[in-house]
Amino acid sequence: MNLLRTYILPRILQWALVIFVGISATFLIPRLSPINPVDEMIGRMTAFASIDPHAVVSMRESAMALFGLEGTLLEQYGRFWARLLEGDLGVSFGNFPRPVSDIIAAGLPWSVGLLTTTIIISWTIGVFLGALAGYFHNRRWSQFLERFVVMVYPVPYLITALVLFIIFGAWLQIFPIMGGSRGEPALTWKYISTVLYFGFLPALSIIIGAIAFRFIMAKALTTTEIANDYVQYAELAAVPKRKIILFYVARNTMLPQVTDLALAFGAIFEGALITEILFAYPGLGFVLYNAIYNADYNIIMGIALLSIVGVATAMLIIDLLYPVLDPRVRLR
Amino acid sequence: MFTTIRDLIKFSPSFRFGSLILLIVAVMIVLSFFSPYEAGKLRRKVKRNQPPSATFVFGTTSQGEDVFWSTTFAIRNTLTISIIAVTIGRGIGVMLGMLSGYFGGIFDRVAQSTVESFIVIPRLPLVILIASILRGSMTMYSLGILIGLFDWAHPSKRYRSQVLSLRERDFTHTAVFSGMSTVRIVIREHLPFIIPYMLADVISGFLFSIGFEVTLSYLGLADLDSPTVGTMIYWATYYQSVFAGRAWVIIVPIVTVVLMVLGFYLMSVGLGEYLDPRKRLVRLSADAGEESEDEEPRKDKDGAWAP
Repeated sequence: MNLLRTYILPRILQWALVIFVGISATFLIPRLSPINPVDEMIGRMTAFASIDPHAVVSMRESAMALFGLEGTLLEQYGRFWARLLEGDLGVSFGNFPRPVSDIIAAGLPWSVGLLTTTIIISWTIGVFLGALAGYFHNRRWSQFLERFVVMVYPVPYLITALVLFIIFGAWLQIFPIMGGSRGEPALTWKYISTVLYFGFLPALSIIIGAIAFRFIMAKALTTTEIANDYVQYAELAAVPKRKIILFYVARNTMLPQVTDLALAFGAIFEGALITEILFAYPGLGFVLYNAIYNADYNIIMGIALLSIVGVATAMLIIDLLYPVLDPRVRLR
Repeated sequence: MFTTIRDLIKFSPSFRFGSLILLIVAVMIVLSFFSPYEAGKLRRKVKRNQPPSATFVFGTTSQGEDVFWSTTFAIRNTLTISIIAVTIGRGIGVMLGMLSGYFGGIFDRVAQSTVESFIVIPRLPLVILIASILRGSMTMYSLGILIGLFDWAHPSKRYRSQVLSLRERDFTHTAVFSGMSTVRIVIREHLPFIIPYMLADVISGFLFSIGFEVTLSYLGLADLDSPTVGTMIYWATYYQSVFAGRAWVIIVPIVTVVLMVLGFYLMSVGLGEYLDPRKRLVRLSADAGEESEDEEPRKDKDGAWAP
């Protein structure tokens, strides 16, 4: 009961507060934009046809009402929350009248697939290699590996992706440089193999940087951990090295790594923005990018909402799991 | 100060290598002041599409720009943007982190909630959104301010925890019990710990803002008329330099970015090693010359490598 009051409840309150503030900020910022999406849309519609001016005016009014853009900012804000609590994300301005939830649902599987795969691969390899290199930090191979990682780690993500794009996509032309798949979606090997083929370069570009980051973190943690007496004791007791690394050292460094893993999964709903733009990959990041250019508020809001809830919930879950994972937290 | 730098160059290979790269960068910046062209007026000055040669060290673009001289301007401008961003971002971060670390209580709780909310908001999409709103009226300086305004949440958290751990140290209690005033404790006892930490942190701030500048410029959201490393890459892809067989136009800025971030990073690694006494002990006990080049990595999820 005490734990509930002093630990769990404040965290749930914090979670709700963070989501509230985050969503309010993302509501407000697009509305500071001088671009009016309704005028944009009407501009597109009247560009190729002449329409009666009165019809344009009434169309504009009904569009403003439909998009929830009439009235003062405060009224819009109130209606926005009322609609949101009913689970209605509205319709897209750019792809009128397709509902936002529809568009997000179309992009979601691509981002989730790409990011789940890359997060799991890079996390596993990074943690494993980092722990090995941290334990055997005097070996030649581990120092060579580290030199290499130190060269890769600070390079901005965009540059890694661009280099892969130029080498494998443009010059060697081994991999496709845009799209997510070829042919009709079906559960056949033929279709799935094109998904893997198209996804290879985007995935590789994410994995390279992510492994470097994870490696450096795992190595730093391991180096601190092996200074402990118990490691020396285990070595003196001739416990197999494999066992020391995997069951003692690596396990003790897991806590911050698991935290990061959860946060990475929480951030999936943002999509891999730069990757998806660069490789024209049809995920959420690409949808978001186009929405920003078309001032498509509702889509921006929808994705930001998912992302905020995702990250905040991941943080909440970590906080709630901490006492289970780490007995030291329980004592405080 | 100078002996420290001399020792670092002598004993830390990563610091030596990093400072060597940054020296080249500095030379390029100095050269930009002696450029035969005026800043921002490099187009249609030389023969187009020339591959690298003795006259045009890095070749020329399809717009008749000398790539070498645009690179000198680009490095200068990118660093200017980064300096603005780092000053603003770390300024807010240090202030907020230290204040909430020392004051605690209500102030700390409000500040922490703000920081937490800020961390949760997807940063890159938000910056892209604001930059696309400001497009057209964006200058180099406003880009720096924009990047800076979005890079204070993580640093402030780090400074807060730094202050919190300093407050719990024995020497702080000793100082308090021996009647030292709070201001004196902060200045005499704590700043010597915080300033070196700040130095390493500022360098990693440069990594972040260089990466962000390049990303935003690549998306066409910066002031595209002032040459920065990012806008060079933007124009190189805009004029299809890869497919048109003018690879040098895009390779030069890419290599420049890589060298710049590598120089800063290696320097911060060397510095961090020097600053962390535990590392120094490890180094002393380890075989001579064998060094571990690690530091606690930045835990920004969209820092240097974020997708």
